[in-house]
Amino acid sequence: MATVVKKPHALADIPMHYCPGCTHGIVHRIIAEVIDELDIEGKTIGISPVGCSYNNYDYFNCDMVQAAHGRAPAVGTGIKRANPENVVFTYQGDGDLAAIGTGEIIHAATRGEKLTTIFVNNAIYGMTAGQMAPTTLMNQVTSTSPYGRVAENHGFPLKVCELLSTIEGAVFIERASVHDIKGIINTKKAIKKAFKVQMSNKGFAIVEVLSSCPTNWGMSPAKALEWIREKMIDFYPLGNFKGENMEV
Amino acid sequence: MGEKFLMKGNEVIAEAALRAGCRFYFGYPITPQTEIAHYLAKKMPEVGGTFLQAESETAAINMVYGAASAGVRVMTSSSSPGISLKQEGISFIACAELPAVIVNIVRCGPGLGGILPAQCDYFQAVKGGGHGDYKMVVLAPYSIQELYELTVDAFNISDKYRTITMIMGEGILGQMMETVEFKDVENNIHIEKPWATTGTGMKREKNIITSIYIKPEVLEEHNRKLQAKYKEIEKNEIRVESYNCEDADVIVAAFGTVARIISNVIPMAQKEGIKVGLIRPISLWPFPVKEFEKYAHVPKAFLTVELNAGQMLEDVRLAVNGKKPVHFHGRMGGMIPDEAEILEEIKKITRS
Repeated sequence: MATVVKKPHALADIPMHYCPGCTHGIVHRIIAEVIDELDIEGKTIGISPVGCSYNNYDYFNCDMVQAAHGRAPAVGTGIKRANPENVVFTYQGDGDLAAIGTGEIIHAATRGEKLTTIFVNNAIYGMTAGQMAPTTLMNQVTSTSPYGRVAENHGFPLKVCELLSTIEGAVFIERASVHDIKGIINTKKAIKKAFKVQMSNKGFAIVEVLSSCPTNWGMSPAKALEWIREKMIDFYPLGNFKGENMEV
Repeated sequence: MGEKFLMKGNEVIAEAALRAGCRFYFGYPITPQTEIAHYLAKKMPEVGGTFLQAESETAAINMVYGAASAGVRVMTSSSSPGISLKQEGISFIACAELPAVIVNIVRCGPGLGGILPAQCDYFQAVKGGGHGDYKMVVLAPYSIQELYELTVDAFNISDKYRTITMIMGEGILGQMMETVEFKDVENNIHIEKPWATTGTGMKREKNIITSIYIKPEVLEEHNRKLQAKYKEIEKNEIRVESYNCEDADVIVAAFGTVARIISNVIPMAQKEGIKVGLIRPISLWPFPVKEFEKYAHVPKAFLTVELNAGQMLEDVRLAVNGKKPVHFHGRMGGMIPDEAEILEEIKKITRS
């Protein structure tokens, strides 16, 4: 009998702790499949963030380093500069990357560090129980914007891909979404390319993945995926911002 | 006797790092330590190393965290306000047990304070400026020669114990020039780092560098392991120098460049018939408690002289443990005490 589907080797064979309907697991699997397909598990170093995926060092089989909140791009810089033959990826959420770590991500991109960043945007702080994130949509209710996000109090959501697109050292920038099969396929394509961009020493690469948080959004898993399609993609358009035709 | 060079303290730190095999430096400009960066920006490319000017102190210390995870010798340097910004990373590095060398060329605070010399970061360095129960080795040289030797040592200590070693010098030490002999780095040790995250090569289980242990039993066990390591460091890494203490009327405790002023005070006091001894802690942590215990019965009293409001004073009092009075004389804000005013303090003690 032919094997049609199996667990990627780069993914550990243990249960994940994520809530039902959370899409972190999908993104983890995509990264692991890409690591397998590029045959780089032995030289890959992953950097875990602060947030729900803080312990994804348990879920990948490559060497892993856990970083302070927002500092993964700086930690990755140190690792990559020390051993340029390594493939280094950071895995960061929206609070991590777009709030407390804004300086680190912008300057890693500015320096054109040969890093691959997977930016999981679910428009909310998950682990600390649903606070407003820089990427929280207008009028979105969170535990720290209980009356909805309003411009005069909270300002506007941050569009990370668009912001980084002005930076020369950031050579591959794409926004994808894992809300449906087509989105998952496109996310994998983008992440694979982002790894290949690093491996061909072109510069900094980032893939933003629109992701769901049914628990903190207060929705069923199915409804949460619908919300990505209807609300998030409307504000955060999918597609490539930079490097689509780059030869890698 | 080898060749001697006339060099600025900050440049000597940089040269010592290179000679110790450090090829990775991450830093952010701040007075009065910036010459370390200038020197390494020039030299690192010549030896195939990395000099990187980070976007912030926070980023620099996290780059250190990354490079140390990768198993290489790495250093950052800064001055007081910059060291405050690094405290998050320092706590993480301590918990993740990574070897790293951090230089603090101390200026006067608090706040932005000023750029002149001080010792006001003693508490921050030895009592834990960051969160959690951790320690780092803190070495306080008093000459440019010693600055060289201790900086080389710092890398060995860090690798040996998987710890942070801080070189703490007053702004004077970074800025002044003195002759230095670059003695062979014969004690330079090479320690294998099988724990480093360099890639599994598909030949071993993955390595994880982390400072988070969510399960309380596991975190307590990890803390116990750290504390056991600190005990071991306390046993092996005390550095102290004593002078003239055997029959002293007053023993002065001073570290760093202040100890040099005291060495001028000793003959002045001698002329007036007062025997002054000096205990100079070189390792501020681990603190040379036993050296104070050894001489606690000797003098009429102790006098601690510092460029702060009285910080090492607390450790001296703990070490003397009430056996003798411990007086204090300190200057702040970048002011330096002169020999006459210290002698006056000593005379006050002997008169009382």
